[in-house]
Amino acid sequence: MSWFKRKTKGITTTTQEKKDTPRGLWYKSPTGKIVDADELEKNFYVSPEDGYHVRIGSKEYFEILFDDNKFKELDANLESKDPLKFVDTKKYPERLKAAQEKTKLKDAIRVGVGKSKGKDLVVACMDFAFIGGSMGSVVGEKIARAANYSLKHKVPLLVISKSGGARMMESALSLMQLAKTSVKLAQLADAGIPYISLCTDPTTGGTTASFAMLGDINIAEPGALIGFAGPRVVKDTTGKDLPEGFQTSEFLLEHGFLDFIVLRKELKARVNQYLDLILNQPLRA
Amino acid sequence: MEYLEFELPIKELEDQLQKCRLIGTESDVDVTDTCSNIEKKLIATQKEIYKNLTAWQRVQLSRHPNRPYTLDHIRAICGDTFLELHGDRGFKDDKAMIGGLGKIGDQSFMFIGQQKGYNTKTRQYRNFGMANPEGYRKALRLMKSAEKFGIPVVTLLDTPGAYPGLEAEERGQGEAIARNILEMTRLKVPIITIIVGEGASGGALGIGVGDVVLMLENTWYSVISPESCSSILWRSWEFKEQAAEALKLTASDMKKQKLVDEIIKEPLGGAHRDREKTFQSVSNAIVKSYEALKNLSPKELVAKRMDKYSQMGVFKD
Repeated sequence: MSWFKRKTKGITTTTQEKKDTPRGLWYKSPTGKIVDADELEKNFYVSPEDGYHVRIGSKEYFEILFDDNKFKELDANLESKDPLKFVDTKKYPERLKAAQEKTKLKDAIRVGVGKSKGKDLVVACMDFAFIGGSMGSVVGEKIARAANYSLKHKVPLLVISKSGGARMMESALSLMQLAKTSVKLAQLADAGIPYISLCTDPTTGGTTASFAMLGDINIAEPGALIGFAGPRVVKDTTGKDLPEGFQTSEFLLEHGFLDFIVLRKELKARVNQYLDLILNQPLRA
Repeated sequence: MEYLEFELPIKELEDQLQKCRLIGTESDVDVTDTCSNIEKKLIATQKEIYKNLTAWQRVQLSRHPNRPYTLDHIRAICGDTFLELHGDRGFKDDKAMIGGLGKIGDQSFMFIGQQKGYNTKTRQYRNFGMANPEGYRKALRLMKSAEKFGIPVVTLLDTPGAYPGLEAEERGQGEAIARNILEMTRLKVPIITIIVGEGASGGALGIGVGDVVLMLENTWYSVISPESCSSILWRSWEFKEQAAEALKLTASDMKKQKLVDEIIKEPLGGAHRDREKTFQSVSNAIVKSYEALKNLSPKELVAKRMDKYSQMGVFKD
């Protein structure tokens, strides 16, 4: 049986050389359920086993919301600069470049205009994969321009938040995006154009302190983390144990900050139902 | 008077000067020359130290225990005319956020600001200047009330952040700040904002959207405190000095970025060194800013304010 014995002790394979099952075949939900990737995709990226809403990005949300996945992307080439020459353990431009290469995205948000159930809709959707969906100048500007498009063409706006908060590497410039986006939402409100905020997992920090909480309706996917201060910060500050379900969508609904929770497979129907009702239009099928 | 570490050379000279004067009064020795020499040295040392402050040293000055706080400013500026108003009409009266009416000359202003305490007991009472949602809602109530009667609003910012507490989250800290920011962008009366201490993130901006935004010389304004930034990006609390530099949070950095309009000079050694002079400068700045805004129609005022904030941001198109 000597052929069965290890020649050297321990595991010597480097991480890079380890063989893994090909990515994208299976998905394991947090409750441990194993789901086939194709099946997951067919089910709006929601685990059919336990209803867990898997984190997805703008590509998938556009697919879900726009008829036949047809839409026009606005300001697709807007990119971040490094006005503060920000360096922490890495230089900010290096972080940006790495994120762009990893995600194939330009920044943490994309804006699409297209038909949803036959009527125009502007959708600004954040991508958490890009530096934690952090909001810097580009995110602020793209939301502002999306709102400008809505104003000009009188088209409702949906913003899908998925963000850890403001982007530290642009410091106060990031902070001022809270004000900038709010200016545009105030203008939309004054013009009587509906604005819907969809909070997805996670929606925290600066996004919560601005556009994510300012919808004519605020809605959320089930089980999303939504809050101003992150749970760890709250725990560290107060020294208290956090109650179960603290800062989840269900918690926010219970405390009066959401209008309703929407399943992803019903998202398109509910958004358009609300728009038809608030605009006093005939309900689309 | 309490001293920061980099101020210790000043303390030493001040102690020397005091001793020297004491000798002069208690004995027949003529100390005039010695005293004036020490005085000269003291002024030179002060100038030297405060000329080259690092970002982190300014952060420390903004938190100086003897620094004048919001109510100190208001009481000095308005004297007996100040009438404090309380409560958000929904939940309670937040002691970390104060507000009320007062006069400068013949003009009434609505003052709003975060308030810190000056000893252990009052610091707790004021929750270290960290407002809860009801604080922001109280601020908004007062702003709307000012708008109704055409009274200009002055907000004084001094907070280490909005309170990150359990109940604060339950009552919608994010929503409260977001609502304030939105309503401030379209408030139909002039808003003058002055950062008088710490300007930490959303907690500061929640009362900080103004037609004119001013910073006292030794204050800071940023999306995050240097300590928290250090703990997140460097994964350690030890890099606060670097974080303070990187965040470009000083008054002159903020002016360079065109995110604030003017810097209000502080007396040599900081606001706490000559409080009266500081109050006078703040009062003058409010009057000057108001003079420039008072003749704009509400429509012009709001359009200008919205335009100003729409311009903020740096990106490649």
